[in-house]
Amino acid sequence: MSDVGRLAGGTPERRGLADTLELDKRLFGMVAAFVLLCLGFWVWTGGTFLSPRNIFNIAVQTVAVGIMATGMVFVIVTRQIDLSVGALLAMCSATMAMTQAYVLPGVVGLDSPLIMPVTVVVGLVVGTAIGALHGWLIGYQGIPSFIVTLGGLFVWRNLNWYITNGQSVALTNERVLDFGGTEGVLGRGPSWVVGGLLALGLALALLGARRAKRRHGFAVKPAWAEGLLIAVIAGAVLGFVAVLNAYPIAATKLRRQFEARGEVMPEGFTAYHGLPVSVLLLIVVAAVMTVVARRTRFGRYIFATGGNPDAAELSGINTRWLTVKVFALMGFLCGLAALVSQARLQSHGNDIGTLDELRVIAAAVIGGTALAGGIGTIYGAILGALIMQSLQSGMGMVGVDTPFQNIVVGAVLVVAVWIDTIYRKRTGALK
Amino acid sequence: MSVDRSGTPLLEMRDISIAFGGVRAVDHVTVDLWPGEVVGLLGHNGAGKSTLIKILSGAYKADSGEVLIDGKPVRIDNPRDARTHNIETIYQTLALADNLDAASNLFLGRELTTPLGLVDDARMEAETRRIMAKLNPNFRKFADPVKALSGGQRQSVAIARAVYFNARILIMDEPTAALGVHETAMVAELVKELKAQGLGIFLISHDIHDVMGLCDRVTVMKNGRLVGSERVEDVSEDDILSMIILGKNPRREAA
Ligand SMILES: Nc1ncnc2c1ncn2[C@@H]1O[C@H](COP(=O)(O)OP(=O)(O)OP(=O)(O)O)[C@@H](O)[C@H]1O
Ligand SMILES: [Mg+2]
Repeated sequence: MSDVGRLAGGTPERRGLADTLELDKRLFGMVAAFVLLCLGFWVWTGGTFLSPRNIFNIAVQTVAVGIMATGMVFVIVTRQIDLSVGALLAMCSATMAMTQAYVLPGVVGLDSPLIMPVTVVVGLVVGTAIGALHGWLIGYQGIPSFIVTLGGLFVWRNLNWYITNGQSVALTNERVLDFGGTEGVLGRGPSWVVGGLLALGLALALLGARRAKRRHGFAVKPAWAEGLLIAVIAGAVLGFVAVLNAYPIAATKLRRQFEARGEVMPEGFTAYHGLPVSVLLLIVVAAVMTVVARRTRFGRYIFATGGNPDAAELSGINTRWLTVKVFALMGFLCGLAALVSQARLQSHGNDIGTLDELRVIAAAVIGGTALAGGIGTIYGAILGALIMQSLQSGMGMVGVDTPFQNIVVGAVLVVAVWIDTIYRKRTGALK
Repeated sequence: MSVDRSGTPLLEMRDISIAFGGVRAVDHVTVDLWPGEVVGLLGHNGAGKSTLIKILSGAYKADSGEVLIDGKPVRIDNPRDARTHNIETIYQTLALADNLDAASNLFLGRELTTPLGLVDDARMEAETRRIMAKLNPNFRKFADPVKALSGGQRQSVAIARAVYFNARILIMDEPTAALGVHETAMVAELVKELKAQGLGIFLISHDIHDVMGLCDRVTVMKNGRLVGSERVEDVSEDDILSMIILGKNPRREAA
């Protein structure tokens, strides 16, 4: 919505590339920072940082925080905060673990195809219900979200401990584990199809917006700029798929898979990972949340409420009910993140999701969400999560100790917001 | 210019009271409004003018009293109810979301949507351009958040919102407080035009001159109570001043 230089029939001014492309300059800066970071680690690690294997791992490790960060954008945009998402993730994970490992096998049998869907539904329902409870306490009872979710952090983290008796639960249901990453991958062919559809979808979305502007006689950017933008985006998507498609599955693992089916692996057989199911899940969440933010009334009201709660109220928006919906959605996404996390770790441990609340908030904030409310983007938050995960992974690869990794991540958070503050002051932009 | 006061009034607010804690912000006030009539609401700071009209626009709920539209009692529990009765308000503190553009603000709460139910930004911007071309032809900043607009430009967004949605009852709470001479004249023109279309308008202002020029009647409040409601041709500026300052109605006293 912050397009620059769209004055219909305005005088032609000299404009930079970013302006002509109508790119969000903030996004431009973040992408540039991310590219620099990758190149830096690429050189430092002698190339391994950008190996298909590492890119695959970073992608898979980003998913849980990325999913929750999209919800956190909505929470922060409405001038609230949610400190409980890590604990809520643990709570959802605990109920899902107990459901699939102890409750369902006794009811429907160990190998029942019902286990996965029921488990997922249970996790999502628990997350949504707890989120809605938070939202009700905040919206209708007027308790500050900081307090409600700080309390929630203690309650859900420890209720999770109580449910599982403080013990880890090993997870074996293969269809659940498919959501983890390495286990559930699409393989080469389907990955190309998904990547192609995604690139096509993005291109059509851009062209559709252009057509709508045209129809109403508004100025649009030059055709070459639109074409360049589409080419870059489609190239990035297909390049990402190509990299993941170049990551081979270990021969020993393939052999085991064949043996499990009672077959013998043919000589010289190879297979590649391609897109992990969890990353696909994040892409779907990002797409849906972006549409919600920009093209639905619900999203519009979230931003209006963040910009001026009184104005929203006077415009007939039920801001209390909106708060309930925003926190319920946050809870739903925690349930989804819990599924991905426990599947990736192949177990539910009590400490699952510990400190995730801080990572999620940091991702949203690094991604440009203003704590004062009213401003934030979904893609920004996901990029924020990706930057943090890449930083952590890169430092691990070059042998930085964990305490130092955390020090750097913390410092980066502060510096990112600092730069942003300076930038916003300079440009006289909002807040 | 005279208002036809036969039949039923467009709006009646009868015996309205509301208290905040111990403060009786509005105390048994009765006012009415006829089609094509502009009623000026006057009084000191804190007299209860904004509070009274916020009851009408659904921002506050009255402790007692009733509201009638076309002679029929209506319930106004929230701003949505007010909007369904075609009551539009331009608030003293402009109720705009600073981070959204003009079109999003104009349509806030009543977005135009595509057949799929998604908000149709392009159509809303086109409609905004259309109405702005009439109201404020100099308005250009359609793509910027309203934070970037001047006071007068923001005002025209707020007015456009009321006009676009075919208000029958328009409430303007100090609409010209932040405006320059030119913009003030523009608002005055607009008020006359809307009046000619048969809207009923409540105009809150501290400028007695303004009020005498635009209004058919003045209603004065003091300390939450109604001092009196008089046709402008029946009173002088001094009469109104004494109503505001002394809280006494000279015509009634004399009678
Ligand atoms: N939300 C509120 N809570 C408590 N008191 C309030 C509230 N709103 C108004 N009041 C009080 O009610 C009284 C009337 O206020 P109101 O805003 O209606 O005055 P006004 O006539 O519009 O004044 P002004 O000319 O300054 O705009 C004042 O004493 C004010 O302090
Ligand atoms: Mg007032």
